Amino acid sequence: MIKKRLRIMGEIEIEKALRHLSHMIMRDVSHEELALIGIRTRGEHLATRIKKIISETSSFPIPMGILDITLYRDDLTMIAPHPIVRKTEIPFDITKKAIVLIDDVLFTGRTVRAALDALIDLGRPRCIRLAVLVDRGSRELPIQADYTGKKTVISATEMIEVKLKETDGYDETAIVTRA
Amino acid sequence: MKQQSLPEHKSVEWKRKDILGLEELTAREIEFILETAESFREVSLRPIRKVPALRGKTIITLFFEPSTRTRMSFELAAKRLSADTANISSSTSSVVKGETLKDTARNIEAMKVDVIIIRHSMAGAPHLLAREVSPGVINAGDGAHEHPTQGLIDIFTMKEKKGKIKGLKVVIIGDIAHSRVARSNIWGLRKLGALVSVVAPPTLIPAEIERMGVRVCHSIKEAISDADVINVLRIQRERQKAGFFPSIREYHQLFGITRKSLESAPFDVLIMHPGPINRGVELDGDVADGPYSVILDQVTNGLAVRMAVLYLTSGAGEKR
Repeated sequence: MIKKRLRIMGEIEIEKALRHLSHMIMRDVSHEELALIGIRTRGEHLATRIKKIISETSSFPIPMGILDITLYRDDLTMIAPHPIVRKTEIPFDITKKAIVLIDDVLFTGRTVRAALDALIDLGRPRCIRLAVLVDRGSRELPIQADYTGKKTVISATEMIEVKLKETDGYDETAIVTRA
Repeated sequence: MKQQSLPEHKSVEWKRKDILGLEELTAREIEFILETAESFREVSLRPIRKVPALRGKTIITLFFEPSTRTRMSFELAAKRLSADTANISSSTSSVVKGETLKDTARNIEAMKVDVIIIRHSMAGAPHLLAREVSPGVINAGDGAHEHPTQGLIDIFTMKEKKGKIKGLKVVIIGDIAHSRVARSNIWGLRKLGALVSVVAPPTLIPAEIERMGVRVCHSIKEAISDADVINVLRIQRERQKAGFFPSIREYHQLFGITRKSLESAPFDVLIMHPGPINRGVELDGDVADGPYSVILDQVTNGLAVRMAVLYLTSGAGEKR
C-alpha cells in the first residue's frame, strides 16, 4: 500500500538532469574511448537517451550496451525463487574503453558492486565511471557516483520510484512512502 | 507505446525444485525455461565463460547408464555457474555392491547437496528420488519415459532457427517406442502448439501414440513433404536383434535420412539429431554434416538450456 507519494521530477526535470549528466560525461571522458552501459531495466533507457544527447554534438560513434546483473547479485543464496535472468547485450569489446555505467537510482550500492564484477568478467576497461539519475543516500558499500542528476536524502521507509516513457508511458520520479 | 515484457515475466514464479519431465510442465513454464536459456547463451561466448550465480552450491550427477554428451553438458553448465560438481557412475559406485537407489540418494543428501541429476534405465526412478530426498532432482533420461532437457534443447533450437514453435511442422523419425527423447519432444512441442508427426516401422510405434496428439506415418516421403523440422532418432542396433525390424540395411533404405530421401522435403528443412549418430543407419554422414543440419547447434544450446534449468531448480522453494 502506498501511503504518500511526492513527485520530485517531471518530464522537464528529467530531461534537464540527463542533459546535465551528458554534459559532464562529455567534458570528462575522451570521446574516442567513451562507451555507455545501462543497467537493466531503466538504466538501459537512460543510457539510450544519454547516447542520443551526446550524439547531437559529438560525431564519434558511441558504443552502447545493456547489462543484466542478476547472476552477480550477492543475495542469490537468500532468495527463492531466483530472480528472472535477462540478457546482457554488450556488442563491443570493453577492453581499454572508458565505460560510463548508467542506472536510475543509487541506493545501497549493491547493484553497482554486482555490475562492476560483471564488467570485469567481460574485459579490462581503462576506467569505469558511474552516472545515476537520482542518488537517494543510505549506502551499504563504499561506492559513489561520478555524475548525479539529483541528490535527495530520504529515510529507509521511503523509496524512489522512477517512471520512464519507455517502460511506463510517462517520465516522473517520486518519493514514495509505503504503509 | 512500446510495452516492456517485464510485468508478464514477473507473474511467473518458478516454484519447482525438480524437473522430471515435460509432461507435467505448463506451456508457460516451458517458455519460461526457454527465455531463461536465451539469457544464458551469452555467458558461453565471453572471454571468461563463468558467472558466480551458483557459488557454493553442489551439484551431483548420478548416472546409471553410459553417457558422454549429457553428463559433460550438465557438468560444464554447472561449472559455468560456479557450482561445485561431483560425479557418481554406477559402474564405479557402491551400486555394484548392491546398494539401493534410495540408500545411494540418502547418502548423497546427507552430504548436503543442492541438485541431483539422475539418469536411470528404469522409468520413474527420478520421480522416486524426488519424493525421497530434499535436493532438487533433474531427470537426465529415465528408461523410455522422458529426457526433459533434451526435449527443451530441441525445442529451443527449433525456435532459434525457425522463430516460432506454434504451427511448426515437426517430424520425428525413428524408434518412437523406446525413445525418451521422442516423448519429451512430443509433450513439449504439443504444449507449445507445434504439429507433430512420427514416422517409423509399425513395430517401433507404440500403441495409442495418437492420444499424445501426433500424426502417425509409415512413409518418409509422405511425412516430410511439408516438414519444417526433421528430428532423427538414434536406432539402437540391439533393437534389430530383438526383431523390431528385419535388418539395419532395410531400415536405412526405408527410414534412413539420405540426400535422396530429402529431395521430397522443403528446401529450408532443419535436420536435428540428439546424438550419438549412427552414420549410415538413421542418418547419412553427408546429411549430418550438410547445410540443413543443426546438430552441433543443439549441443551448443544444450549448455544454455542446462544452465537455465540448474539456475531455476537450485533457487526454487525453501532455502535448504
